[in-house]
Amino acid sequence: MLRIVLRRLGATIPVMLVVAVVVFLMLHLSAGDPAAIIAGDNATEEDIALLRKSLGLDRPLAEQFVQWIWQLAQGDLGVSIFNRVPVATMIAQRMEPTIALTVLTMTLAVSLAVPLGVLAAWRVGTWVDHTIMALAVAAFSCPVFLIGYALVQQFARTWKVLPVQGYTPLSEGLVPFLLHLALPAISLGLIYTALLARMTRSTMLEVLGEDYIRTARAKGLGVRQVLLQHGLRNAAVPIVTTIGLGIALLIGGVVVAESVFAIPGIGRLTVEALQQRDYPVIQGVILVSSLAYVLVNLLIDLSYLLLDPRIRY
Amino acid sequence: MHNRRNILAGAGAAALLAGSLAEGRAQPKKIKTLKAVVHADLKIVDPVWTTAYITQRHANLVYDTLFALNAKFEPKPQMVESYTLSPDGLKYTFTLRPGLVFHDNQPVRPVDCIASIKRWSARDPMGQLLATFITEMAVVDDRTFSMTLKEPYGLVLDSLGKATSPPYIMPERLANTPPNEQVTDPTGSGPFMFKKDEWRPGNRAVYLRHPGYVPRSEPPDYLSGGKIAKLDRLEWIYIPDNNTVLSALQAGEIDYFEAPPLDFIGMLKGSPDISVLNIDSLGVQGLIRPNTLHPPFDKYEGRQALLHLIDQAEYMGAVVGDASLYMPFCGAYFLCNSDNETAVGSEPLRKPDYAKAKALLAQAGYVPGQKIVVLQPTDRPQYNAATTVLISGLRKAGVTVDVQSADWSTITSRRTRRDPPDKGGWNLFITTHGGPDTSMPVSNVWFNSKCERANPGWACDPELEKLISAWAREPDRAKRHAGIEEIQRRAYVSVPYVPFGQFFQPVAFRKNVTGVLAAGQPVYWNIDKS
Repeated sequence: MLRIVLRRLGATIPVMLVVAVVVFLMLHLSAGDPAAIIAGDNATEEDIALLRKSLGLDRPLAEQFVQWIWQLAQGDLGVSIFNRVPVATMIAQRMEPTIALTVLTMTLAVSLAVPLGVLAAWRVGTWVDHTIMALAVAAFSCPVFLIGYALVQQFARTWKVLPVQGYTPLSEGLVPFLLHLALPAISLGLIYTALLARMTRSTMLEVLGEDYIRTARAKGLGVRQVLLQHGLRNAAVPIVTTIGLGIALLIGGVVVAESVFAIPGIGRLTVEALQQRDYPVIQGVILVSSLAYVLVNLLIDLSYLLLDPRIRY
Repeated sequence: MHNRRNILAGAGAAALLAGSLAEGRAQPKKIKTLKAVVHADLKIVDPVWTTAYITQRHANLVYDTLFALNAKFEPKPQMVESYTLSPDGLKYTFTLRPGLVFHDNQPVRPVDCIASIKRWSARDPMGQLLATFITEMAVVDDRTFSMTLKEPYGLVLDSLGKATSPPYIMPERLANTPPNEQVTDPTGSGPFMFKKDEWRPGNRAVYLRHPGYVPRSEPPDYLSGGKIAKLDRLEWIYIPDNNTVLSALQAGEIDYFEAPPLDFIGMLKGSPDISVLNIDSLGVQGLIRPNTLHPPFDKYEGRQALLHLIDQAEYMGAVVGDASLYMPFCGAYFLCNSDNETAVGSEPLRKPDYAKAKALLAQAGYVPGQKIVVLQPTDRPQYNAATTVLISGLRKAGVTVDVQSADWSTITSRRTRRDPPDKGGWNLFITTHGGPDTSMPVSNVWFNSKCERANPGWACDPELEKLISAWAREPDRAKRHAGIEEIQRRAYVSVPYVPFGQFFQPVAFRKNVTGVLAAGQPVYWNIDKS
């Protein structure tokens, strides 16, 4: 197991290098000038040129790239062009809300979707199956912002039981932490619930048609044992894969939910940095997101070994 | 009012209280906090390094100024207790008020003021102009300094007290930072202190009342007078989604909404818990900027043609909508309602005349079919709407328009390119500006017609610059006013830009918030919350 982990971690290095080169070139070759944005409308071209020089943006691209890679190799993501705050600090500040939202969203989605998907597969073709699938299609078809606004209207403005916006760190108390994350987690969770429920149902349907399920039933095993022990366990690999991809997507940032609920997460950091052409921040966020993606995929692959002993790497 | 959230909050508070008591800790004293949603995210804290409005508003909290404008746009002493001008008009002597201290409790000294003026005058256009007149600044005693000029200059106090980007007074050790390097230490001289450890760029900036600040005794008047911080704590929150801000304001989660979208104003006015107030009598001016480097706008006639395309009501209808929030017509380059308002020369702007525009374009050498590149920002709704009206007007005058859409960040970079329009350059774009700086020829940056040294578009009219220079040298305010008509008459000949209307941006706040000042921009002194 350790060898697999080390080998896979080693393989991330060239992936991250490719990401670094592509991101750097795409950013620096695209239109936009942070010096012009910083200087503002009142600045003359001379001011902008001086600012560009002081930021080091007038140096040859290759020189800027080598310096950035050298910093990276030392574990330094650089500082924001705008506020001079280290990029690592900015990412760390934004990562906490994003991770909290991810965990709550996926907990909600998994705890609802898997039982619903199993139930729909077990009752395939009945009104139970049709109802669950209809709800799943409806939830999957609704944009996050629409669900968000509807929830805010009902829970925050009409019933006044939850806050409209904002994020309170866990360190300031569990109750405000959960109250602030409830609506965004439900908004995002509904979509992931729909996706996972459909995936669980279709995978379970496939598994429930297998010979070993018929054998299990013939042996006189109860419904729970057949569904959970023989059915769900064998259907788990694609479900876990979908959960893992969901986690990776959420960690990469969920811009719409973060904007609607004013959560200062990674998604908003990325968009703001892109709008301002804050190169070190964009580069840092994309690198960290890519790393998160690679690590989540590694965990998914490792989970296969536990779920299905036939799988070998 | 009892509701379920209060009950939940009460339960949470009870749990926390129990926890605190169990640990034997005392509850902190309740502090008066205002939560304000600001128009942009605070990214930069040095007001010399950037002219971004959000940084200027941050600076108004954290720094004090030597002079500040009153509601008549006259510069009044602020940190300065008294000043004198020598009979020959060449030497100003400024004496600071006693007891002024920085946030680190060090006294404000003349040397801090001199260093702050020097750093500011290296970057600010009005400061740069003032610097050309100054021969020496010297410390006289521990509260007094002098400024010696090489010739009389009428705008010394107006420069030191300008509404946007004035010389904010910071400690000498910070003011000695090169002007192109950012100051990140927020130690200031103003009524609020920046809490840097609580700053979360993209989310929140926090300010605390500066207990050592000594306000003036006069009542507040626009940006001048007593700056009394009645709040213990001010939280600036950045929320990118306006619908969320609206919901949060109505739910009482925030207290103050600095820039509600203009299409929300009607709804906010109808809300029983919310007040809407126009704090800016000058408002915002929309402008069309032609590029004078390339045909047909390199000729006066080409730019004059643009004047004949304008129906200000149509532009304002598209940009603002609510007729109570814009002026039906304003032909003043230096803003209506300002000290320098005049309608002289604005006749071509009053009514669209597409035939006349077409004729003038032909005189300027425009050939039918020649593409005119218009930059259209996709992420600024007001600019986008105005650009759509402009495109329609150009087409009515027979112009072939090449619309090039991009986000505003790309356009701010693109517009600095001097290349021909078909090689990455441009012909026209739209922007806005406002406030007292727009109301004066020397500080209205888009009016600046210094050719190579002008803003993108590179307006070039030496005759106009000569008039502005003479106006600025005039020490008599009344005589200066007369010179404005001559300047504007000339401007409608060379057309550095085309004003397409003037509108207002009110603020919204909950009814338990009082003392909001009409200071031309959101300021947070004098505000109280019950």
